[in-house]
Amino acid sequence: MSTNDTPRHDELVVTHAPEGVVDPGLPPHQPRLGDTDPKASKRSERIVAALFGLSVLGSIGVIVAYFAFPPGESVSSIQQSNMFLGLGLAFCFAGIGFGAVHWAKSIMNDHEKVEERHPQRSSDEDRAAAVEVLKEGAADSGIARRSALKGGLITALALLPLPVALPLIGNVGADWDVSKFRHTMWRRGTRLMTDPTYRPIRAADVTIGSVVHVIPEGLHHDELESDQSFMDEKAKAVVLLVRLDERDLKHTEGSYHGIVAFSKICTHVGCPVALYEQQTHHLLCPCHQSTFDVADGAKVVFGPAKRALPQLPITVDDEGYLIATDDFSEPIGPSFWERVK
Amino acid sequence: MTTTRLERASAGTADFLDQRTGIGVAVKNFARKIFPDHWSFLLGEIALFSFVVLLGSGIFLTMFFVPSMTEVHYEGPWAPMHGVEMSEAFASTLRLSFEVRGGLLMRQIHHWAALLFMAAIVVHMLRVFFTGAFRKPRELNWVVGFTLLILGLAAGFTGYSLPDDVLSGNGLRITDGVVKAIPIIGSYMSYFVFGGEFPGTDIIPRLFTLHILVVPGLILALIGLHLFLVVLHKHTQFPGSGRTDGNVVGFPLFPVYTAKAGGFAFIVFGLITLMAATIQINPVWNYGPYDPSPVSAGAQPDWYMLFLEGSLRLMPGQTEYVIGGYTLSLNVLIPAVVIPGLLFTVLGAWPFLEAYATGEKREHHVLDRPRNAPTRTAAGVAIVTAFFILVLAGANDLIATHFEMSLNDITWAFRVLFFVAPVFAFWITKRICLGLQRRDRDLVLHGHESATIVRLAHGEYIEVHKPLDEHELWLRVNYSSPRPIEIEPAEDSRGVRRKGYRADRIRRRLSEFFYADRIEPVSAEELAAARAHQAEHHALLEGGGRHSAALPAEESTSTTVDVEATSDR
Ligand code: HEM
Ligand code: FES
Repeated sequence: MSTNDTPRHDELVVTHAPEGVVDPGLPPHQPRLGDTDPKASKRSERIVAALFGLSVLGSIGVIVAYFAFPPGESVSSIQQSNMFLGLGLAFCFAGIGFGAVHWAKSIMNDHEKVEERHPQRSSDEDRAAAVEVLKEGAADSGIARRSALKGGLITALALLPLPVALPLIGNVGADWDVSKFRHTMWRRGTRLMTDPTYRPIRAADVTIGSVVHVIPEGLHHDELESDQSFMDEKAKAVVLLVRLDERDLKHTEGSYHGIVAFSKICTHVGCPVALYEQQTHHLLCPCHQSTFDVADGAKVVFGPAKRALPQLPITVDDEGYLIATDDFSEPIGPSFWERVK
Repeated sequence: MTTTRLERASAGTADFLDQRTGIGVAVKNFARKIFPDHWSFLLGEIALFSFVVLLGSGIFLTMFFVPSMTEVHYEGPWAPMHGVEMSEAFASTLRLSFEVRGGLLMRQIHHWAALLFMAAIVVHMLRVFFTGAFRKPRELNWVVGFTLLILGLAAGFTGYSLPDDVLSGNGLRITDGVVKAIPIIGSYMSYFVFGGEFPGTDIIPRLFTLHILVVPGLILALIGLHLFLVVLHKHTQFPGSGRTDGNVVGFPLFPVYTAKAGGFAFIVFGLITLMAATIQINPVWNYGPYDPSPVSAGAQPDWYMLFLEGSLRLMPGQTEYVIGGYTLSLNVLIPAVVIPGLLFTVLGAWPFLEAYATGEKREHHVLDRPRNAPTRTAAGVAIVTAFFILVLAGANDLIATHFEMSLNDITWAFRVLFFVAPVFAFWITKRICLGLQRRDRDLVLHGHESATIVRLAHGEYIEVHKPLDEHELWLRVNYSSPRPIEIEPAEDSRGVRRKGYRADRIRRRLSEFFYADRIEPVSAEELAAARAHQAEHHALLEGGGRHSAALPAEESTSTTVDVEATSDR
């Protein structure tokens, strides 16, 4: 690898020390205990062997634990199985590891060695030769004199990604119908159902201060239409229902005797908002702590969200069960570019 | 000479290989290659070995994990989930935990290894940064490593989402919200990612492919390139006598380095396994399968994602605007895209920035002591501080409950700190670095205090200073202390405005930012004067009539005089 012209590593060395101070060279080697005392050296050897032995014991431990501790059905049984298998394996690894390192440190030759560096760049002759080779190749190809070749190749290569990307992009977003963001399953007359027990809610049963997690009627595996996906619909339609003292409500629009229903999907980036504080009527999003005032149309009072939670307008049907009077008046959840278009 | 069977067999194998590959040359060149030794060079190895653990445990997991969002009813041994509707992905994660022997161990090993992998990458990067190991010719390898950091984040993110539990599902939902905030194409990007509306049924299989094929494949390839470049450049070394930019001092690859690094690999494996055996992580059976409705407060993402979480938490919501009917969610874009983008761009481009300010073209193979590059060190500490504030902000709810403080107050405090703390950290770190340089100067000129106070014949008390030995002296004087670059004046001799002056001026400003504050290194004259002075004292002491009294160290006073910094503002 090294050439025999000028010692190129000298080019690299730069000294910043004031004149008169010279590099004294490497500090002298400090002998280890084992270098001078044969007993210490023998002891190191025994330690290394013992550490390797520990690894063997670890392997045996894993095999025993495999049969002795099946994972079982409870958290404590899987934890037990996990711990014994894991401790065995840890010894298995660590024994080899500490053994090898101790060997290297206490027994192997510890005299530091010096190797020269060479500048990274190739020599001027090599560079010139490289350019020459490329020029020859280019001349052989004839590309310089035939511009049609150059243009053709570049165009062909430039278009190449298109036939690959087209089918990918065409399919990867399913039907690309982003208008689905705008609608949920809620319609005029859709009953409010409890989540996850799926029962209709009688307005009279909702006491002041209580909170109910709500999904729309029809959001059930046995009742979904074939083109509806349970998860996709649920991700948009979840609602939080709260009953306040009617006098506390700043606006009564869409509410029913102090019962208000808001989308549960945070208008920040979409976590379910569900921590309700009765005293303040504040709803807190656990993700980034946007805080909404339920008494005031779920407006934002603190945090990174800007918009109020969309309200689900409600009333009761003939039987006294809560129903929606319409879908949400605006898209639920996080903002997107064309949201208000 | 007698040869054993083993020797003959290995000679035969070697001959077979060499006849077909000529591997002898490679062995000759590489087997005794020198690697310098320092604990901080082990950080990259921890990252490497954690990745090996990730591959091994990951392959185990793929044997049992089912990357599908098809809904099933759980019928396994974990009673609380009986009959619960869940995706096959979640069901198979439960199966791994409860039915596959060693499955839980492998899950926990995999997750702990992921956390350690990211931690090791970050600390390794800091080591490279603070010692200036990224300077020429290693700028490209810095970029490779930087890409590995991003890929590591991608690996962690895609993996975290796979089990399809409530926490990971909410993480995906946040991702969806951030993606939707992208101007113009946000809605389409969301469809692109989820194959339609959130959550759809494609995301887990897609993440799975990324997580076990694309991302690890890229990581593997880039680790290969990374290590190739390390060998090509030969490792840097810490400064000290006998170590120059033209050599490398250390131990040969075979056997010492092989044994140390190989042994260390097993120690890392052992450590990760020990953690997995004893510390529970991600007990998804407690969380339950993903459902868009329930939430749990106090849920935290893995640590390397906390800074994004914190960034999102700090941004006030007022910054969402509707312009001409289109919604621009700066309240999401700034914290999730702009701030991390800035932090990462500065980090990624740092070597080029610094080279531009220094105007230096030579190769560097001896590391800087961080004090000798005050602006770099200070900028690094400032970036780390900003990052750390965001991480803390990502846990503001835990801080609030733990210290019984108001969440709003804490959030406000972090909003202010995010701007103030990095500036303060920059300032104080630079002071400390310059102070340490000054201390080095004092040591070089006056030597170490010996805590021995001596009364001279004419009654004066002096403390005896022990001059530095030649190795320490060399360490403390042999470093470069660049000055801001000089640029040509705006107008040439005929008064014509020079082209390129503006670019030069920007460069000059950058260079001043880096190097205007500096401590002048010890000059040859100063050193000579100090030595003469010492000799004088020595002569006086030798001259007899002295009463010496060794005082206990804490009572001794330093007699060193502060040297004025040359252009220290
Ligand atoms: C490149 C670095 C990698 C990182 C940072 C990483 C990180 C993660 C994380 C955080 C999880 C969630 C773990 C849990 O809770 O169980 C995970 C799961 C998983 N990873 Fe990785 N991983 C990496 C590489 C790999 C590789 C190379 C494979 C396979 C060859 C793999 C296969 C899996 C599988 C199958 C799961 C889901 C298993 C489960 O959670 O039950 N990973 N990964
Ligand atoms: S998602 Fe609710 S505050 Fe961020």
